Amino acid sequence: MAFLTDRKRADRWGSAKSGTEHFWRMKVQSVGLLFLIPLFVFTFGPILGGTYEEVTAYFARPFPAIVAGLTILVSCIHFKDGFTTLIEDYVHGVWEKILILGMTCLMYALAATGLFAVARLAL
Amino acid sequence: MADVNRGNRPLSPHLQVYRPQLTSMTSILTRITGNALIVAMFMIVWWFIAAASGPDYFALANGFVTSWFGDLVLFLSLWALWYHTLAGVRHLIWDYAIGLEIEVAEKLGWGVIGGSILLTILTVIII
Repeated sequence: MAFLTDRKRADRWGSAKSGTEHFWRMKVQSVGLLFLIPLFVFTFGPILGGTYEEVTAYFARPFPAIVAGLTILVSCIHFKDGFTTLIEDYVHGVWEKILILGMTCLMYALAATGLFAVARLAL
Repeated sequence: MADVNRGNRPLSPHLQVYRPQLTSMTSILTRITGNALIVAMFMIVWWFIAAASGPDYFALANGFVTSWFGDLVLFLSLWALWYHTLAGVRHLIWDYAIGLEIEVAEKLGWGVIGGSILLTILTVIII
């Protein structure tokens, strides 16, 4: 221990334990969602409340289907990264790992389910 | 010496010692709305998978989503969505070290609150 320099002990051990890639990734997602969210709200909103036939015909069209698929995918990844930050801030130790792992699995599963549903509706 | 007091350093005070302010409240609300929107996404994906499964299951999911309770959840989610979106824009602005002065930050905070309410009402009228 005494042979380690201060620099060596501090290197890569900032409080975040990693660089800025998480921050940058969330920033890229947020700019993407800035465009996707209004598109999704105004394509998904009007069809909500429609009959089964109207809904299936609507999402057989390319534009509503692609917007829905993209919004579900990017949102879920944004949820995964955002929830990870929340847990890192308030939970520590084993539960920190368990919750981050669990939520990561759940958000990828949610994205896959949503994409499968939209693809099946569209095709 | 860097080894002095290792592992026994004072911790910085957390939320409970500060007086609530507009800037801190709007920041906390950004986190709450963002994570609450996960619930809305579960409901929407459920609606989609039901529509992809067939008319019977769609009737069940659509019945729940368009019930008064589903409507209430979606209405609150819509506000949360616009709030989180505007707050996100505020963060994108702040990332360039613009608008960090207290007066400007507070104005932006009121802008986010007012803007999100306005956008929610507008969206409900349009849809």
